[in-house]
Amino acid sequence: MSTIIEIDEVNKVFATGEHAVKDLSLNIKEGEIIALLGPNGAGKTTLISMICGIVSPSSGKIKVKGLDVIDDYRKTRSMIGLVPQELTLESFETVSNSIKFSRGLFGKKSNKILIENLIKQLSLWEKRNTKIMELSGGMKRRVLIAKALSHEPQILFLDEPSAGVDVELRKEMWEIIKNLKKDGATIILTTHYIEEAEAIADRVGIINNGELLLVEEKKELLSKMGSKTLTIELASKIKSIPKSLSSYHLQLLNNGEKLAFNYKSNDESTGITSLLMDIKKAGIKLADLSTSQTSLEEIFVDMVNK
Amino acid sequence: MINLQAIKAIYVFEMTRTFRTLLQSLVSPVISTSLYFIVFGTAIGSRMQDISDVPYGAFIVPGLIMLTVLTQSISNASFGIYFPKFMGTINEILSAPLSAFEIVLGYVGAAATKSLMIGIIIFITAHFFVEINVLHPIWMITFLVLTCVTFSLFGFIIGIWAKNFEQLNLVPLLIVTPLVFLGGSFYSISMLPDFWQKVSFFNPVVYLISGFRWSFYGSSDVGIEISLIAIVIFASLCMFVIYRIFKTGYRIKQ
Repeated sequence: MSTIIEIDEVNKVFATGEHAVKDLSLNIKEGEIIALLGPNGAGKTTLISMICGIVSPSSGKIKVKGLDVIDDYRKTRSMIGLVPQELTLESFETVSNSIKFSRGLFGKKSNKILIENLIKQLSLWEKRNTKIMELSGGMKRRVLIAKALSHEPQILFLDEPSAGVDVELRKEMWEIIKNLKKDGATIILTTHYIEEAEAIADRVGIINNGELLLVEEKKELLSKMGSKTLTIELASKIKSIPKSLSSYHLQLLNNGEKLAFNYKSNDESTGITSLLMDIKKAGIKLADLSTSQTSLEEIFVDMVNK
Repeated sequence: MINLQAIKAIYVFEMTRTFRTLLQSLVSPVISTSLYFIVFGTAIGSRMQDISDVPYGAFIVPGLIMLTVLTQSISNASFGIYFPKFMGTINEILSAPLSAFEIVLGYVGAAATKSLMIGIIIFITAHFFVEINVLHPIWMITFLVLTCVTFSLFGFIIGIWAKNFEQLNLVPLLIVTPLVFLGGSFYSISMLPDFWQKVSFFNPVVYLISGFRWSFYGSSDVGIEISLIAIVIFASLCMFVIYRIFKTGYRIKQ
C-alpha cells in the first residue's frame, strides 16, 4: 500500500502555551483503517484538525498524496471528509439540505442521485425532510457522516465516531466504515473505545501528551505485546504453591482452586510443557485448562501509564 | 480557480435562512420604518418647513433607508458568521477547499443582498407616505449597493470579533445607532451650530447619508466626490481588517 498522508515532525503550540502535539511523525497508508487511541487531551483531535485545515501547525510538514496541506489546501481538502466529535449542525436546516450544502462547499455540483443514495445508505431516508433539531443524537451522527461523504472523499476522518452512540448504532457504524474501506477509502479514526479499534482497525496508534507512543499493525501489536495467561483448574484445592513450582511465578486463585501462569506466546519456549510436567511431579491433579490473551485495552493502559 | 460552487452554497444557505424567517427578516424593518414615516414624515413633518426646497417627509426618506440598511447590513453579516462560530459549524467551512475571499464573498454577499432587498422595500413603502423623485437613479443604486456591501463587511468583522451574543450587539447599539442618528438621517448638517457641524464631519455616516440624499434631491451637506471617497476608504479598511483576520486566524482558527 502506498502512503497517502505523511506527517513529518509536526508540532502544535497553542497561544495558551499548551504543547498539544510534539514532534509527531506518522505515515498513513492508502486504503487502511488506522485507529488513534489516547486519553482526553492527548492531542488526537488537534492532529486531525491540522490535517484538515482547522488548526495551523506550529512547525513540521503534513502532506496528502504528496501535496502540502497549506500550499495546496484546495486539492488536499477536496480529498478529505471529516466527521467531527461534536454534533455541530445547523439545527433549523433539513437533513437533505444540510448534506447538499456540504457537497457545494467542496466545490461539487449538485448530484441528486448520489445524495439520495447516501441518505438511504445511512438509513436517513425517512428523516430526509426533517429538521436536524428534531433528530436523536445517533441520527445526527449519521447526518455528520453523510455530510462528510457528500463530496466523495478518498480519506475519511472520524473523530470519536462512537461518542454518545448506543451499542446497536455503534456496530452499524462499524459496518458502514468497513464498507467504505471496501470501496477504497482510507479511514482515520480517533477513539476512546478500545473495542472499536480491535473490531475495525488495521493499524493502531497510541497517542499520549501529544506524542505518538507507538503505531503498529493491530494483529502484530496484540501478538508482540500481548502476554497470555494459562489458567489451570485443579481437581482438588491446594493450600499453597509447592516450592518445586516457585520458578514459574504462579498465582493461586479462587482459594486454591486455580493456578494462573503468565507467558509470552511468541517466545521460543513458553514453559507450558515443563510446567505441566512439574505439576504432575508435585502430585497435583488437573481438572481443566484455559488460555486468555491480553486485550488492546490492557496494552493501551500499560503504554499510557508508563 | 475560484470555488464558485462553494460561494453559491454559502450564499444560498444564508438566503434560505432569510426566507425561513421572512417575517423577522423583511417585514419587521418595513413596519418599523413605516412608523418613522407616520411619526416624523406625516405627523411632525407636516408642521416642519422644507429643507433645501424638499418637504420634510421626503427629506428624511434617504436617511431612513440608510438607517435601516446600515443596521441591517451589520446585523445580517455579524449574525451570519457568528452563528456558525457559536454552533461550531465554522469548522466545516474551515476544512473545505475555500479561500478567505470566497468565504467572505458568500457571507457578505448574502448579507448585502438581504439589506439591499430591505432598502428597496422601504423605498417602495415610502411612496405610500410621501412623493419622492430620484434625480440620479444610477448614483442612488451605487450608493445603496456600496453601503450594503461596506457595512456587511463591517458586520462580518464584528461577527468574528464577538465572543458572545452581548458583544454581537454591543457595537451596533453603542456606536453604529448613535452615529446614524447623528449622521443627518432626520436633519441637514447645515441646521446645526458651527461647532457641531465641525464635529459631525468626523462621523463617517454623514458622508453616506449626504451622498445618498444628493442622488435623490441633488443637494447635499458634503460634495458627492467626498462621500464616495469616504465610503471607498471605509470599505478598503474593512477589507484590510478581514484580510488580516484570515491571515492570522484571529478568533476563527487556532
